[in-house]
Amino acid sequence: MKLSPDQPSALTALDRPNSYIGRSVPRPNLARLTQGRGQYVSDIALPRMAHVAFVRSPHAHARIKHVATEQAKKAPGVIAAVTGAELASVITPWVGVLTHLKGIKSAPQRAIAITRACWQGEAVCAVVAKTRAEAEDACALVDVDYEPLPAVTDAETALDPATPVIHPELGDNLTFERALTAGDPDTAFAEADAVTEATFVFGRHTGVTNEPRAIVADWNPGDQRLTVYHGTQAPHMTQDIFAKHLALELHQVRVVTKDVGGSFGIKVHIYADEMATVALSKLLKRPVKFVADRLESFVTDIHARDHRVKARIGVNKDGRITAFEIDDLTGIGPYSVYPRTSGIEANQVVNLVGGPYACPNYRARARVVFQNKNVMCQYRAVGHPIATAVSEGLVDLVAARIGMDPVELRRRNLIPDDAYPATGASGIKFEKLSHHASLAKILAMMDYENLRAEQKELRGRGIHRGIGLASFIEVTNPSAAFYGVGGARISSQDGATLRLDATGAVFVHSGVTEQGQGAEAVLAQCVATSFGVPIERVRVVTGDTDHTPYGGGTWASRAAGIGGEAAWQAGKALRANVLAAAGAMLQADPATLDISGGIVVDAGSGRERLPLEEVARVVYFRPDTLPPGFQAEFVVTRYYVPRGWPFAFTNGVQGSYLEVDVTTGEVKLLKHWCVEDCGTVINPQLVDEQIRGGIVQGIGGALYEHCVYDEAGQLINGNMMDYLVPMAVEMPDIEVGHVVTPTADSELGAKGAGEAGTAGAPACIMNAINDALRPLRTAPLLAMPFTPEHVLRALGRI
Amino acid sequence: MSARHLEITLNVNGEPVAARVEARKTLVDFLREDLALTGSHVGCEHGVCGACTVLLNGEVVRGCLTFAVQCDGADVETIEGLSDSGAIADLQRAFQERNALQCGYCTPGILISARELLASGVAPSRETIREHLSGHYCRCTGYQAIVDAIEAVAHARFAPPPRAGEVASEASRKGQVLADSEQASPLHHASHGPPPPLRGGG
Repeated sequence: MKLSPDQPSALTALDRPNSYIGRSVPRPNLARLTQGRGQYVSDIALPRMAHVAFVRSPHAHARIKHVATEQAKKAPGVIAAVTGAELASVITPWVGVLTHLKGIKSAPQRAIAITRACWQGEAVCAVVAKTRAEAEDACALVDVDYEPLPAVTDAETALDPATPVIHPELGDNLTFERALTAGDPDTAFAEADAVTEATFVFGRHTGVTNEPRAIVADWNPGDQRLTVYHGTQAPHMTQDIFAKHLALELHQVRVVTKDVGGSFGIKVHIYADEMATVALSKLLKRPVKFVADRLESFVTDIHARDHRVKARIGVNKDGRITAFEIDDLTGIGPYSVYPRTSGIEANQVVNLVGGPYACPNYRARARVVFQNKNVMCQYRAVGHPIATAVSEGLVDLVAARIGMDPVELRRRNLIPDDAYPATGASGIKFEKLSHHASLAKILAMMDYENLRAEQKELRGRGIHRGIGLASFIEVTNPSAAFYGVGGARISSQDGATLRLDATGAVFVHSGVTEQGQGAEAVLAQCVATSFGVPIERVRVVTGDTDHTPYGGGTWASRAAGIGGEAAWQAGKALRANVLAAAGAMLQADPATLDISGGIVVDAGSGRERLPLEEVARVVYFRPDTLPPGFQAEFVVTRYYVPRGWPFAFTNGVQGSYLEVDVTTGEVKLLKHWCVEDCGTVINPQLVDEQIRGGIVQGIGGALYEHCVYDEAGQLINGNMMDYLVPMAVEMPDIEVGHVVTPTADSELGAKGAGEAGTAGAPACIMNAINDALRPLRTAPLLAMPFTPEHVLRALGRI
Repeated sequence: MSARHLEITLNVNGEPVAARVEARKTLVDFLREDLALTGSHVGCEHGVCGACTVLLNGEVVRGCLTFAVQCDGADVETIEGLSDSGAIADLQRAFQERNALQCGYCTPGILISARELLASGVAPSRETIREHLSGHYCRCTGYQAIVDAIEAVAHARFAPPPRAGEVASEASRKGQVLADSEQASPLHHASHGPPPPLRGGG
């Protein structure tokens, strides 16, 4: 078994006795998950619980003339059949716009459509029954009279005057547009020795979380409280939204999130069917459960990507990049998704293109348009796979054009490691990155020169192997700049409340959530280290708005960097409070004491003075023996939000070695590498596994995953037989290395690592495929996913 | 009794169960909804993802492609039973140590398939492990940690893998019911395998 090697941190502030920082501590929650004792929302059953199923529009766009529910209401087990108009009495519509995306517009979206269905899969009626099967049976008895309307499906023509406007009151199908010019791109392109243009296409794909979206809403009229068991990444965000749209006070809503069967950004949004479920519970005064089945997941879980980017790059003969330019077009379905909007991904593409490179000349335009397909929104590594593939694709194309090794071209343009702090062309700010150190490290890991030699030798034997590289940057640890400044009620700070129990163990209540990435282990490591107890004596509680500090949850790679820092600081504060009590008991200056291994010790010598259990015993049961006026405080809360930088950018580089079978068009992945710099590595194993999982998700987008729509707006492969996801047998082993550049914005110095893998993998695979095919003089493959069909078409074989 | 419902009796994790079930109810829904055995998960309900994998008379089956009424008179084992008996304790421990799960939703099914693979008594190669897992969808890990964990258990249980002439598993990407041709019945268990699971009220 290859356990990740422990990596002691170089930071002295973290150099506590028995530190867990930098150690691959196993996650505490794995034992029950391996025993089938998880508590996923789909497992929950409550007394009097009913189940809802939805009648969904078979049309991409249709007027709803009438919904007849009489027959459904008579069906066995049915409790209610509720139309959109009826549900509107308990829940208000919403509009997914934020003020910092200037000019973004969308139309009011309802829990259940009332007059018009705007995509295939939009709910038009709900049926609540004693069992899910009975609810589905009765759905078949709901008679909906539709008048089909023209469907807008092609983003390229969505803005043409001849194209129908999906929401006439908005005037056109343009959701959002952003234009940016930095430096002098016109002169830079005019004076460049070579300019390469290309159009990159990114297929629509989706998250396919293994546990579909799940929610159980329980309105208790006696308490006047709504308890929602919700498979979400952001419980406080959904609490706020449920309260707002059901006309409740925030304190009347409790959101509980236990185990979540995969999220990846799919479960950080508000979905109409989930809003309908909470509204139905309020309407029917009983618990209502909704678990999306796989087929409705494909037409309702947010989709992502689906960008077409026309781009160009200018270089001089010496390999110096003079300018980047992009024109991005993306179709996001009929509504901007609430509350984060569907403008963020295009906005990120504008921000991130060219980000690793020292090139001041940049022009970008991004347009986001409405269409009658399922909604699109933020999914793991929002915008990064697109920006990275465009930037790195251009770099490889232009390197080939001027006959320079792609590694050398990167070396000449990546922002120097000693040039920080630095600002990217789009205005993004970098505290400190390590592109060159990372590149040097990955080349050594890949044995790049020998790999090139092997590739050359095999080409002589008709074997077409490719080597691809992709440098990337990743947005992590977001401040309020991400959502809060635009008016979104999504907390950018996060907190940890620590409570010493009567035997000296510590409870940690945190506002970040566990989605399987290991947040609870990381929080325990931070607290065990900064407070000073064995990790077995730390118990972490997350995912309950009644019992955790108000916080943002888990998204944008923020749990460790923000939630971890809050936990770290809370551990220090609790240590100070416990040492104050111990000092009073020992008649010692608390400054001369420390806590190590769960024992109060002399700070200098480490001599054991008093077990924590004894401190707790005296404080809780015999406070009468403490000095007059002394009050121990064994509950503390600390919050943290990044203030020094809007985002903690990380960086890294990925490498791919693959073989293209020119007869079948298949791409065989031989090996994948990643060097990544997320600052302080709290748990090497968990970081590496985030990288690996993220890479495979990126490979999915590059090679397999595609939500294929026909011209009428019908998803034609919305099931797991036809929508391909990465499976074990096709995936390569992935080697992960690190460069460590801590952020000075926090004491812990940790940045995020959750999205780096997905950010870089598609670019890396694309470059490797084109590297393999370059000697065959095919047109470069730039439209993902790179299926065997696409490869064979490029080769002219079909 | 209406034609929609049938009476069945079966053993689930060694406990006798008598139930009246809808003819259309799948085994995994029966386990989860009627017996509250929620360790078997529902991921796709069309036989691809493998989250619902359980043992039926010792053979690996998809709980979503098997009707509960087909299990009349049968022995069914789920992750709960295999956990309590200790039959897969080494696999579970290896998965924890190697962080071979993140959200954990696919894990019970994968553990049951891994048990089947290792029941052959020969340490499989990494390629064979990957092939055997091809009926299981994991979105979180990228699979490598899972392969590592199973490989570690195989090496702990058996001699190193043969370099050539391996028997390919019958796992298929399409995820049909997996044949368990290699697995001895629990009563004739391989001498160096895990202890047999408890049966028949044991």
